Amino acid sequence: MSKLVLARILQGIPVLLIVVTATFFLVRAAPGGPFDAERSLPAEVVKNLEKRYNLDAPVLHQYVDYLGNLVRGDFGPSFRYPNRSVTELIRTGMPITFELAFYAIVVAVVVGVMSGLIAAVRPNSLQDYLPMSLAMTGICLPAFLLGPILVLIFGIWLEWLPVSGWGYSPGDKILPSVTLGSAYAAYIARLTRAGMLEVLSQDFIRTARAKGLSMPGVVFRHALRGGLAPVVAFSGPAVAGLLTGSFVVETIFQIPGLGRFYVQAAFNRDYTMIMGTTILLSCLIVILNIVVDILAVWMNPRLRKVR
Amino acid sequence: MPENMIDSLKSLEQIEFEEGRSLWNDAWVRLKRNRLAMFGLWVMLFLVSISLLTPWFAPYGYEIQDLELGASGPSLAHWLGTDTLGRDLLTRLMYGGRVSLLVGFAATAVSLAVGVIWGIVAGYMGGSVDAVMMRIVDILYALPFMIFVILLMVVFGQSFLLLFLAIGLVEWLTMARIVRGQVQALRRQEFVSAAIVTGLSSAQIMRRHILPNIMGPVIVYVTLTIPAVMLFEAFLSFLGLGVQPPQSSWGVLIATGVETMEEYPWLLIFPGLALSITLFALNFLGDGLRDALDPRSASGAGGVHE
Repeated sequence: MSKLVLARILQGIPVLLIVVTATFFLVRAAPGGPFDAERSLPAEVVKNLEKRYNLDAPVLHQYVDYLGNLVRGDFGPSFRYPNRSVTELIRTGMPITFELAFYAIVVAVVVGVMSGLIAAVRPNSLQDYLPMSLAMTGICLPAFLLGPILVLIFGIWLEWLPVSGWGYSPGDKILPSVTLGSAYAAYIARLTRAGMLEVLSQDFIRTARAKGLSMPGVVFRHALRGGLAPVVAFSGPAVAGLLTGSFVVETIFQIPGLGRFYVQAAFNRDYTMIMGTTILLSCLIVILNIVVDILAVWMNPRLRKVR
Repeated sequence: MPENMIDSLKSLEQIEFEEGRSLWNDAWVRLKRNRLAMFGLWVMLFLVSISLLTPWFAPYGYEIQDLELGASGPSLAHWLGTDTLGRDLLTRLMYGGRVSLLVGFAATAVSLAVGVIWGIVAGYMGGSVDAVMMRIVDILYALPFMIFVILLMVVFGQSFLLLFLAIGLVEWLTMARIVRGQVQALRRQEFVSAAIVTGLSSAQIMRRHILPNIMGPVIVYVTLTIPAVMLFEAFLSFLGLGVQPPQSSWGVLIATGVETMEEYPWLLIFPGLALSITLFALNFLGDGLRDALDPRSASGAGGVHE
């Protein structure tokens, strides 16, 4: 097991390096310099700016400098907000995005696992069809559609909940969390149902039932661990999806998180900011995928022999 | 005796022929029994034919404005209403649907081409070729591609070609994995050995004997990739990083609809319905095809995102 953990971590390092390198050179390859978007500046000013952003050095030199700074957690100054560093912007945005993602995961797991279980216990009954059709609806209603619809219904027509913001007024965290979490709740419901159906048809479940254990007892004591294995495997891609999903949700609800910074940086062509957020989000996703891989093996010992 | 042999050969040929067809026949029969999947199929046929005929069937011109009318709700003249510039929403929805579907199909075609070739070669060659090729897939798999596609769009401008090329190049990885797994299983079967003995080259065997036998899973995965791609395009367009005006797609229409949803909710609701119904149809069709073509596989989470 510890060998596997070590191997996974070692595999992650080249991937991280590829992420950083690809991002750096992609942004450097962008046609047009970062300063010729607006009115032309005097040559002196441009020179000073280039010096400040280390653009006058040879590209390879810039790359090495950037890597060195990254290791120290310094993403450089923002192009758009020269007085603030990218690190600073990230530090204000990250906790908010994490909090949002956390609530969304809670929504997704609680709603998803519960409805998956309910459906799997009595397959092909109303108890199965109802949650599963809801799940299909959740999959086909992307966040950028569901969010505005929820705002329209609960924010504007019913006036039950605030339509935007994060932590400014009570209840303003509910709509964003539900919006971000619902699609994943839907997937988790379907995965839980499929996984549980497979486990529940196995012999050891029949044995447990024959011993006189009640159905809820069997489900929670015996079946759940095996039945949730596909859900755990899914959580890696899900976290990646949640982070990219936060771009949309934070834009809709005007939440000052990392996702909104990223979208704004993309519009403003704030290159250092784009690089910083891309690298940060990518590294997060890579690391979380490694964690999920290890977790999946821990939950399903049969996988240990394969790799 | 020789005649007898010819007869039996003929009947053998017939049996083989019928067996070759019966897989697809069986699948079709199973699919037809699945009402949701058939509904999805009809919806998709309907949408595709409308998209093809849009230039002739659209009730109004794409850019025709009626500023005096402005935004109006559904009426007899404008079935789905008009937007703030007085443009007919149904017309714009039809033209936008063309773009959305085109991106969906084109990007899926890119992923199909790359993924199938990559998977067949890796699976058939095996050994170190396979190891290297799949290692590359593993490494690329670990990269957060969604973010990279956005980065690409930002850096190189939002060109249409780049959009579906980029999305297609993300989606081929899963296709390559699925195909490789199938090919590995096929390679050990007798008919492949027979083909090798008759002196066919590897390329010929891959094209004539392997390819037709992996069509089932490939079709299923294609049906599930199209909605994923359309969703991603709409996501990018919603953020303003995808399809750019004057071109429009359902994602663009949804994004503009959101801006005015308080006053003119139909500008959000109709494009949203169009996208949702299409995603529904494709997911149901994909699920149905999976059950029909590979009855053993349990239908899992299905669909849209990986």
